[in-house]
Amino acid sequence: MSLLLENVKKSYREPDGSVLPILDIERFELKENEQVALIGESGSGKSTLLNVISGITAADSGKVTIAGTEIASMAEVVRDRFRAERIGFVFQTFNLLPAFSALENVLLGMSFSRKKPNRDRAKELLSLVGLEHRLNHHPKQMSVGEQQRVAVARALANQPKLLLADEPTANVDLANQDTILKLLRDACAQNQIAMLLVTHSQEVANQFERVETLTEFNKVHAPV
Amino acid sequence: MNTLTIAWKSIRQRRVASLLTALSVALGVTLMISVLVINGVIDRMFNQTASGYDLIVGPKGSPLQLVLNTVFRVGAPIENLPYRYYTELKNDPRIEEAIPFAIGDVTQKGGFPIVGTIPRYFALEYIPGRHFRINSEGKFLPSTWDSVIGSAVAKQNNWKMGDEFSLIHGSAESGHVHDEKFKIVGILAPTGTPNDRTVFVNLRGFYQVSGHEKPLEEAIRREAAFFGEKVDEEKLKALLKENASHDHHDHSGHGHAHAVPDSQKEVTAILVQMKGDRLRGFATIKFQSELQEGNQAQAVNPIQQITWLMTNIVGNVRTMLIVLTSLIIVVSGVSIFVSIYNSMSDRKREIAIMRALGAGRTAVFTIILSESVLLCLGGGLLGILLGHGLVFVASPIIEARSGLLINPFAFSSVELVLLPILVVLASLVGFIPAMTAYRTDVASTLSD
Repeated sequence: MSLLLENVKKSYREPDGSVLPILDIERFELKENEQVALIGESGSGKSTLLNVISGITAADSGKVTIAGTEIASMAEVVRDRFRAERIGFVFQTFNLLPAFSALENVLLGMSFSRKKPNRDRAKELLSLVGLEHRLNHHPKQMSVGEQQRVAVARALANQPKLLLADEPTANVDLANQDTILKLLRDACAQNQIAMLLVTHSQEVANQFERVETLTEFNKVHAPV
Repeated sequence: MNTLTIAWKSIRQRRVASLLTALSVALGVTLMISVLVINGVIDRMFNQTASGYDLIVGPKGSPLQLVLNTVFRVGAPIENLPYRYYTELKNDPRIEEAIPFAIGDVTQKGGFPIVGTIPRYFALEYIPGRHFRINSEGKFLPSTWDSVIGSAVAKQNNWKMGDEFSLIHGSAESGHVHDEKFKIVGILAPTGTPNDRTVFVNLRGFYQVSGHEKPLEEAIRREAAFFGEKVDEEKLKALLKENASHDHHDHSGHGHAHAVPDSQKEVTAILVQMKGDRLRGFATIKFQSELQEGNQAQAVNPIQQITWLMTNIVGNVRTMLIVLTSLIIVVSGVSIFVSIYNSMSDRKREIAIMRALGAGRTAVFTIILSESVLLCLGGGLLGILLGHGLVFVASPIIEARSGLLINPFAFSSVELVLLPILVVLASLVGFIPAMTAYRTDVASTLSD
C-alpha cells in the first residue's frame, strides 16, 4: 500500500479562539502504483490534506502511513527527511526557484535527501520531460508549460514512492494541460510511483480510472 | 547541491544589494588593515629604534623632547652640553661607549636633519641584532667633510656617492645656507628607522662649519657656569686677544681645517652604553639617578620615554583608530542584516518551497546564516586585499614623506583573528533573518 490514512483529524484555531475542523477522514488509501484524482471545491481542505500527507503539517490525530512507514508520529526533522526521500510534490504555481536554472532546480530537489545529488539523473529527468535543450535556462526564460515540466522532473528527482500533485494543470493552457498530465501519469507508471492528484476540474479527473470526491470521505462538510 | 551553493545562488540573485553590502564590509576591513599595517610599522619603529645604547644624556629639560630630538630627529634640541662634559663622560670607568650627537642644521635640498657624530655610532645596533650596512664602496665618516646619508635621503634627493651638498643653518625656514659642503662617502642600507631620513656628517666637520662654534668668550663663560667654575678674567682677555689675531680665515669650500677649541664645541646629546653584563641594568639606573640629582644634565632611558609615548599618546590614537574601524565593520555588519532581513519577505516563499522539498528547519536556517557569512567573509577577504593594496600604493608616498619603510605585505597577527571575528559578526547579524527562515510556516506561505 502506498498511502493509508486512518482516523486523520485536522483543525485550525480561529483568531477568536474557536476551533475550525478541516479534515476528519476515517480511512483513505492508495494502492501501490495507483493513480487517483481527488476532486474538491475550493476551501474543502484539499491543500490541508496534501500538507498532512506530506508531513508539512502535522495531523491532530490519526495515522498517515506511506509505503509502510507511519509518519504522523515522527519528529518533524525525521518527517522532513522522509518527505525529501519518499514524496514528490508538484504545485499549482510550479514553485521553481528563480535563481536556479532548470537543471539546478532539479538538483535542488535532490539536495535534502541523504543521497548525493546526481547531475546525470537530473539531466535524464529533464530529457524525459523534453527539456534537454533548456538545462541552463532560468524559470523566467521558460514558458509556463516548460516551467511545470521542470517541476515534474524535480518531483521525480528522488525516485519517490508517492507523488502529490496540487492542481498541476490549473495554470497552464489546454495544450500543455494534456502534455503535463500525460507526462505525470506516464512517469509515475514507469517508475512505479503512486499518485494523488488534486483538482477541481472534472475534465482532468475524467482521465483517471479512480476519482474521489473529498467531501465524500471527509466528514467535515463545512468548507472554510 | 550543498548549503553554500544554495546560499551563493541566493546572493547572486540579489547581486547589486549583495555587492554593496560586501563592499561596505570590505571598506571597513580595508581601513582596519591600513591602520594595522601602519600601526605595526610605527610600533616597530618606536619600540626598536633606540636599542644600541642604554641612556641618552642631554641637558636638563623635557626627557621626551630629548628622546624625540635625538632618536627620531623631531623637534628642536633642548639646549646644548659643553663638549668637555662629553669628554669627561667618555672617560667615566662605568661607561663602555659614549657617542656625541650634534643636531641642528638641515640639508639645503629636501630639508633632511643633519647629525654630527663620530664613526663609532655606526657600530651600534640600530634595532636589536641589526647593524648598519653601508654600500660596498662606502665608508663611515673617515674624514672631516665626509657624510653618510640614509637610504630615503639618497632616494628622494637622488644623491650618489661623491655628491656634495650644503646645509641650511638651523631649520629650513632660516634660509641661511652655509658655505661649507660635505661629500657623500657612504649610503646606508634601509633600516626602517629615522636614520633613513638622516644625513650624518663627521662631528669635526660639523664644528668647522662657520657659526657652529660658539663665540669664544660666551663659550668659556657658559662652560664655567655649567661646571660651576670661576672664569679667570685675565686669562680670558689674553685668549680673546690671541684669538682675534687669527680670525677671518676662509671657510669657503671644504678641505680647509681649522682646529676648533673644545671650549667652543657643544653637543646636543650623548648616547651612552654602560659597561657590564648582568649588572648593567642596575648600573644604568644608578648612573641615571646620579645625573638626575645634579643640575648639569639628565640621563634618559629612551625605552621608558618611548613606552610612555606609546602608552599615553600613540597607543591611545591607535586604540581610537582600531575602535573606529571596528565600528565601521560593525555598521557594515548591520547593513548585511538589513539587506538579508529586507529580502526575507520576498524569500519566504523560496524558503517554504525548499521546506516542502524536504529541507529541514535547520537546513534553511543554515542557508540564510551561510549567506550572511559568505557576504561577510567575501567582503572581509576583499577588504584584506584592498587594504594591503592600498598600503602598497601608499607606501612609496609615506616613505617619501615620513621615511617610514612600510612592507605592504606584512601581516599583523590581528588579521588572523579578523576573519573569525567576521564569521562571529556574520552569525550575529544573520541570526534573526535565519530564525525568520527557521520559523517560516510552510503551509500558509505556499497557500498565499
